[in-house]
Formats: sequence, C-alpha cells, structure tokens
Amino acid sequence: MPILNATGVSKAFGGLKAVSQVDFHVAEGEILGLIGPNGAGKSTLFNLISGAIPLDSGTIMFDGVKISGKKPDKICRLGIGRTFQTAQNFAGMSLRQNVLMGALFGKKGQSATQAAADVDEILDFVGLTELCDKQVSDIPLAYQKRLEVARALATKPRLLMLDEMMAGLNPTEVAEAMELVEKIRNSGITVIMIEHVMKAIMSICDRIIVLHHGQKIADGTPQEVSSMGTVIEVYLGQ
Amino acid sequence: MNTNISRGRLNAKKIAPPGLSLLALILLSLLPIFVTDYTIIKINSIISFVIIAVSWSIFSGPTGYISLSTAAFYGLGMYASAILGNHLPLPLVMVISGIASFIIALIIGVITLRLRGVYFTIFTFGLVELLRNLILWLEIKFSGTRGRFVPSVDFQQVFYCILGTLAIILLISYLIKRSRFGLALIGIGESEDAAAHIGINTTLVKVLGFSISSFAVGAVGAAMATRTNYIDPGIAFNMLMSFMPVLMAIFGGMSTIPGPIIGAAVFAYLEELLITKVPEYFMIIFGAIMIIAILFLPNGLTGIAGKLFKRRKGAGKNANT
Repeated sequence: MPILNATGVSKAFGGLKAVSQVDFHVAEGEILGLIGPNGAGKSTLFNLISGAIPLDSGTIMFDGVKISGKKPDKICRLGIGRTFQTAQNFAGMSLRQNVLMGALFGKKGQSATQAAADVDEILDFVGLTELCDKQVSDIPLAYQKRLEVARALATKPRLLMLDEMMAGLNPTEVAEAMELVEKIRNSGITVIMIEHVMKAIMSICDRIIVLHHGQKIADGTPQEVSSMGTVIEVYLGQ
Repeated sequence: MNTNISRGRLNAKKIAPPGLSLLALILLSLLPIFVTDYTIIKINSIISFVIIAVSWSIFSGPTGYISLSTAAFYGLGMYASAILGNHLPLPLVMVISGIASFIIALIIGVITLRLRGVYFTIFTFGLVELLRNLILWLEIKFSGTRGRFVPSVDFQQVFYCILGTLAIILLISYLIKRSRFGLALIGIGESEDAAAHIGINTTLVKVLGFSISSFAVGAVGAAMATRTNYIDPGIAFNMLMSFMPVLMAIFGGMSTIPGPIIGAAVFAYLEELLITKVPEYFMIIFGAIMIIAILFLPNGLTGIAGKLFKRRKGAGKNANT
C-alpha cells in the first residue's frame, strides 16, 4: 500500500515545463531516491508535494487523503516533513529553539512540556545535543542541514523529504548523514531524498526515480536504474 | 547553585516587566494632580506615539514586514471622532474606531499579506493615499464639504482614555511575546518557508498580527483628533504618521517591548523640544540624530543598554572563575 501516490503531476513556469505528467508512488517504509541533472524538476516536485507551490494539474494522495491544493502547514500537519536545498533555519534562534518550533507547531494541541521532552529526544537522535544552545549562525553547514532534519522530525512526520542533505559535506559527514537516514527509516518514517552524491544514493535507497526535463525517465532499484542506457546518457555518464 | 541563581534571575525577569509597567501606569495616572495643563497636553501626544510605536512593533518587529499603513488607521480614527464625537462619549468612539480599524486591517491583510517584503510595504504606502482620496471623493460627492469639525473633549479625559489604551496595548504586546502566536510571528520573520513547513498557518498569523497591530492606532487617532477642531483628508491621512512608528522603533530597538516605548518617548519629547526651542534647525538636527542612530545603534537605544548589561554580566562571570 503506497503512502504517497501522485498521478499526472504537472507544473509550468511560463513556457518552461518544470514537471510534466509525472506519475509515481512511494511505498510505506522505503527510502526513495530522486535523481537527475540540474533543472530536471526535482526540487519543484518536492515543492509541489509539500504545498510550497500549487500544481497546474494532477493529484497527489497521501495516505488516502488528497493533499494537492492544500497549504504547506496543512500538509505538514497531515504528516509530511521536509528540508530545503539551501538550509532554511530560524537563524536568530538557538538549535534547541529551532527544533522546539517544529515540536510546538507540527501537531495540533501539542503541550509545551510534551514538546520540550520531544526536543531533547530528537536532538539526541540526530546527534546535536552538545550544540543545542548555540546560535544557528555559529555552526557549520553539515550541522545546519542536520538541524533542518531535526526540526522536520519534531513535527512527527510519517514521510520525510530530504532535499540535497549531503551536498557540500565531506566524506565523513556524508557517511554520518547516510547513517542518520537509515536510522530515520528504521524508526518507521518513509523517506524521499534528492541527492547528487551517487555513492550515498546507490547504497541506501530501495528505489530510485530519475527525472529529466521534468519527465520521469526511469523508476527502479539502484541496480536497474544505473544500468539503464538513458540514465547513463543523461545523468550518470560513461 | 549556579542554576538556582539563574532560576531566581529568570523569575525576577518574568515578574519585573509587567510589574514595572503597572507601577509606571499608576504613577502616570496620578500625573494630572501635579503638573500643568500644558504638560498634560504634551504628555498626551507622547503617550499616543508610544501606543503607535508599540502597536507597529507587534507585527512589523518580529515579522520584518515593514508596514506604512499607520496613517491610514490613524486617519480613520480621526474621522470616527469627527462623525461620532457629537453623539457618543469619547471612550465609546475609541472602541468603535478600534474595532473598525481591526476589521479593515483584517480585510486588507487577507488581500495583501500574500505579498512579500517590499511589495507589502509599497502596498501599505499606497493604502494611505487610496483612503485619503476615497474619503475626499466621498465627502465631496455625498456631504458636499471638504473637511469636518471635530467636537473637542476635555484633555484630562483624553489623557485617561489614551492611558487606558496604553495599558491594553502593553498587555497585549506582552502576552503575544510570551505566546505561541508570538513565536509564530518570529518564525515568519526568520524564515517564512520554514515556518509554513513546520505547520504554522502563516497567512492566518500574519493577518491576525497585522489586525492586532492596527486597532489601537484607530483608537488613538480618535482620541487625538479631539485636540484639532478641524480635519480634512489631507490632515487626517498624513504620511508622516506612517513613518513615525518605524523611525521610533528603529531608534529605540525593535526586538524588545521596551525598545519602541523608549524610542517613541524620547523621539516625541525631542521633537517637541526642538520645535519649541530651535524651530529653524529642527529638521536638520532631527535628521542628524536619526542618521547617527541608524549608523551606530543597529539595535537602537535598548540595544546599547543590553550590550552594557551583557558586558557587566560577562565581567562578573570572569571574576567568579
């Protein structure tokens, strides 16, 4: 039973078809990779799912509920969390406050004491406990990206969308990030991730979708996708 | 032990601002007994600016949406006073004017708060002009006049009315700062996208915030109109009124509650002083002070106070270790 089901999703910016007639599904509990060249429409697809921008046509169903046409805050409260390509944090706040914001607003009727308890747990889960009183502007990029994940987790999502979480990280940090993604999935959260770090995507994803010029050109296991002629041609290279 | 100290300090911090404000308000309310009538009139004007600056900072402070619509609601308040002043007592006129401002802000908010950044600012700027011309057109078309007389009200009554408004807006400002709603406003200012994606209904929060920051302006407009006995759209919708709270909040420091209060009080007093003492050089001196404030006090007057306080605290810590 797919947790997310999209049919005929399209979005055009003026004459540019950023995403056109894309059908896909995400199965509960899997890690789905979304790859493709720059400008392929990956982030636009994320924005369409999360409600950041309205879609032109098509429908997106999450857990049996139609989410296309809903606002981001409603979609978040239904159980979809996300991070952004360029980290979007509350820069004037401490790390703890950032995560607390997610815990306070992510679910309806969340009590302040419960939220504070959740924050401690999540900071520990992503490994930011030691830095939790620092300001966002004082921590390196790798931690800022992890902070975004923590804030999204604080909203208690069932589906988490990670937009280039590993971009700009060094090999050690990439390994840590991969471990974190696995840990998130093992805690019962379904993951969709946009990524350019091939090593990471090939080893942790259960399934990969390839986008090119806004269209889905491949959908399969990492082995299947990496051996497809078209994918090698447009993205992976020889 | 260290935690005990900090906890004690936290409690003192929690109680201090509302307690001090209450004390200040009580002292202020006794003022008419001790000072001259002229001083009361001056103080009325200073308090009204404090209310406007605090109101403005409720929404624009945390969100960074710079609103230039103050003159619109102030002008509406003045018209409420001119139209209703003969029939109703001032407090009631102020309540009606406040509610009307709130509702109009709600409508404007729904239309405009999808605009971000500078576009919102430009719209609010245009709003004042729109209302000015609309009311001018309505007046000429239906009442056949250009201006109206405003029934005058005893300035002591005006004093107590705006003091009451000050108490209400300070309480609201304080409660918002401590609430989830206040956190949501800050979140929108820090990153609107992130705020929306963690479950904050940004549209609702912005519209409500904008409306809350508008109602007291309408009420004060109604009260302050009583000291001029004639208004026309040009007088009522004076653009300067829109810039005053912005400058005052910057001058005092935007991110705290005392910031706009101190900024408005100092600013209004300074204006009064310069106009009476050196009317020819008033604008030059005023402008120079403003430029110096923006260049050297990025966090306003309260920013310096905070810095000094921190430095002292830091020195204390070093001495301990």
